[in-house]
Amino acid sequence: MQGARYKTKERGTRNEKRETRNIDTMVIIEKLKENFSSDILEIVTKNEKRIIVTIKPDSIINIAEYLYKTAGLRFIIASALHTKKGFEIHYHFSMDSTGLVLNIHVILDKENPQIESLSNMFNASNWIEREMHELFGINFLNHPNQEKLISDGNWAEGVYPYRKEFK
Amino acid sequence: MSKKTIIPIGPYHPLQEEPELFKLYCDGEIVKDIKWETGYNHRSIEKLSESKTYDQVFFLVERICGICSTSHPFAFANAVEEIGNIEITDRAKYIRSIIGELERIHSHLLWVGLAGHFLGYNTVFMWAWKYREPVLDLFEMITGNRNSYAMFKVGGVRRDIENVKISIIRKTLSDIRKKTDLLAGAVMDDPVIHARTKGVGILTRQDVIDYAAVGPTARASGVAIDVRKDDPYAAYPLVNWKVITAQAGDVFAKAEVRLLEMYESISIIEQCLNGLEKVKEGEITVKVKEIPEGIGTGRAEAPRGEVFHFVVSDGSNSPARHKIRAPSYVNIATFKKSCIGQTIADATISLAAVDPCYCCTERMAVAYDINSGKRIMNANELIDCSIMRTAEMKKNLINN
Repeated sequence: MQGARYKTKERGTRNEKRETRNIDTMVIIEKLKENFSSDILEIVTKNEKRIIVTIKPDSIINIAEYLYKTAGLRFIIASALHTKKGFEIHYHFSMDSTGLVLNIHVILDKENPQIESLSNMFNASNWIEREMHELFGINFLNHPNQEKLISDGNWAEGVYPYRKEFK
Repeated sequence: MSKKTIIPIGPYHPLQEEPELFKLYCDGEIVKDIKWETGYNHRSIEKLSESKTYDQVFFLVERICGICSTSHPFAFANAVEEIGNIEITDRAKYIRSIIGELERIHSHLLWVGLAGHFLGYNTVFMWAWKYREPVLDLFEMITGNRNSYAMFKVGGVRRDIENVKISIIRKTLSDIRKKTDLLAGAVMDDPVIHARTKGVGILTRQDVIDYAAVGPTARASGVAIDVRKDDPYAAYPLVNWKVITAQAGDVFAKAEVRLLEMYESISIIEQCLNGLEKVKEGEITVKVKEIPEGIGTGRAEAPRGEVFHFVVSDGSNSPARHKIRAPSYVNIATFKKSCIGQTIADATISLAAVDPCYCCTERMAVAYDINSGKRIMNANELIDCSIMRTAEMKKNLINN
């Protein structure tokens, strides 16, 4: 009986209105090209919802700031890879109004991989940068607290379990 | 000079299903800071995945989490199908969504039960878990397992839901709807629960954006994000449903969002069952030859939020790199906002409100004296603390 009472009251918010942002998928790519033409190395459009933009590592702060603050994209996570080219990081940003996943792709140096930390801009990247530092040995400059996240100091120093050996 | 006390929660704690250590730094009764230690359960699934074939990875990722054991295979399937440009059949889409939504119902019921327990409402705990049983029975009927369903594969699903089973599922769903009415009424109309959870553990909209929180944690703060709507997959674009949001961002709002989401899930399943009746029985897979070189991103809305899988294929039969982001990974970090400034008794329910899942995140709580390092409170005492507070409020309400 209590349930029926609850339903008739309609106390819960059943809100179908979606947030509409002015910038849509293609516009954001155009804007990126316009503002950061010298920093962008390659744009691969797999389909309208999956776009990979390769950039110069130095420009990560400016581009991430533009995406997060101006365009209102959400930082999902970053994935590090160890390949023959060196260390690569895909920063995944989501545009929730259109379903776009924008991958900002950087290629870092083989011997001394390092890049600016994004954690001073948003907290979402704090843990993942610590994790990448721990597993891949990528150094994040100006990170507020680059301690180990997973192993809590139980692993040997200077051993990075996710690195690969290439012949 | 105020004396600070550290309250550890975990690594093994009844508040949590899994190991993780939270340290609450308290000044008197107020939480001033929180730190966590993780890694008690690190299984290196991302690395293991590189040594398995695409078919085997499904069984591996399913074991990341016992409660939302279908959301990881779901996201992984989306990622691999994106690399291979594989379009699955409508029947497979409906079956995938049905499994996904049944899981959401049982996960939310589990949370309502645990939240009730932390507040000292053990009847809610018993009820919620009792009503969860029929859902698990449905799983057993459909997939053969109560948990870890092993339903997904690249290009479709492993088992069909035969049309003869549809009427049984419908009947169970209508029972669950009645039970949800009862539970929602009992929880939402209770003045003590209102007093205990409203204005507790508030997460503002800006905090959600800053920490990139997802799922019910974000939706309770008015951020209407849901992958099922934003980036539709499986049968979600084929059915009508609403994204539930609340504005307050407190524990009550999170409970409200979860309870109302169960109705949406029931409605989605019913529509999927209608869809199943219209498509031919047995057409559940498409033939997959090989997975080409490339990268794929797969997203799925787990009961706790967005699951994200990033798969890099080098053209062989196993992933070259597989990155997994479970929703609790971003949601747990929001404790820093929701717990600080709260009393210890409220901290437990604020932590629980996120519905943290540590197997996914891979990361606990206890009270230590900051000066001497001596342990002063354990997990059970913390829950007792929370239960006592509810009892006190109840008494006050009755007296007034």
